[in-house]
Amino acid sequence: MALLRGLTLLLIAQALGEALVRLTHAPLPGPVLGLLLMLAALRWAPLRETVQPAAEGLLGHLSLLFVPVGVGVMTHLHLVGEFGGRLLLVVVLSTGLGLAVTAWVLRAFLAREGRR
Amino acid sequence: MQDFVQLWVYLSATPLFGLTVTLAVYVLAHAAYVRLGHAAWANPVPWSVATLAVLLLASGTPYPTYFSGAQFIHFLLGPAVVAMAWPLWQRREELRRRWGAILVAALAGGATASLSAVAIGWALGLPRDLVASLATKSVTAPVAMGIAERIGGIPALAAVFAVLTGMIGAVGGKYLFDLIGVKPMVARGFALGTCAHGLGAARALQVDADAGAYASLALGVQVVLASLLMPLIFKFLF
Repeated sequence: MALLRGLTLLLIAQALGEALVRLTHAPLPGPVLGLLLMLAALRWAPLRETVQPAAEGLLGHLSLLFVPVGVGVMTHLHLVGEFGGRLLLVVVLSTGLGLAVTAWVLRAFLAREGRR
Repeated sequence: MQDFVQLWVYLSATPLFGLTVTLAVYVLAHAAYVRLGHAAWANPVPWSVATLAVLLLASGTPYPTYFSGAQFIHFLLGPAVVAMAWPLWQRREELRRRWGAILVAALAGGATASLSAVAIGWALGLPRDLVASLATKSVTAPVAMGIAERIGGIPALAAVFAVLTGMIGAVGGKYLFDLIGVKPMVARGFALGTCAHGLGAARALQVDADAGAYASLALGVQVVLASLLMPLIFKFLF
């Protein structure tokens, strides 16, 4: 039951986010505004206890949630045929660069923190 | 045989099929991943995606038929984004203490991942809508779709590129960090959450608690930063 209540709260936050985005034309996807609303609401302890099991459950199986979209690659096989090599090159290089820069920058900050 | 064919035609057209086959393939791939000691190359997502795509193509099942069932899993991405508030809340002390470092690292890494994708894509002569769909590739799939729509990309493609990026980061991150000599687990995890979103964070959580916590933190920060900044930046580029 706790799981169900938690999921309901997550969905309510998402729905509020979606509604606010529609009403205010905020430049954010609905679920992201829902995240921010939820973050503000988590100050309230009873809410935390309810949200925790559902949030941990969902995030614990996050990988699975990407599978249906990933399978969608089969509808774009013509693009894979025409641009596949170049697309793969772009994704591999830019992901590698991004990972290296992020890790280097944070490590530099941590090292400075360590010296203080 | 005739009966079997009819049964298959019936079953493969119901939503039950897409949902069941997705869960069954993923559960098997995950069991193999656990058995192989969480080896990076055995990540269950790319193997599940490839297996399912081959199954559907071989059986002549159209993607929309499959998705009518798989959408029940896909739908949970929305509440999962909201759920990212939880790791952010848990790490609020860390956020308060290191907000400068976290913000600079997230901005530098996120900008590098996105702008280098756009630059390389352009240099290789890819069409404009493909390049716009590549720009959001380091943001978690449901958010990437929303941003891509705003900046002239194709949402469905943006989601595929995001999943591809997540898989490449989750599989290749360890080898890259070993190669360039980044040892702190906190930095490794944060980079995975920033550039390989949910799939990178899922991988980090399995490997190390510190790495996982910082990956979840990065994931939440990146989702907010990318939604706010990308439409502003790419309005001038596309």
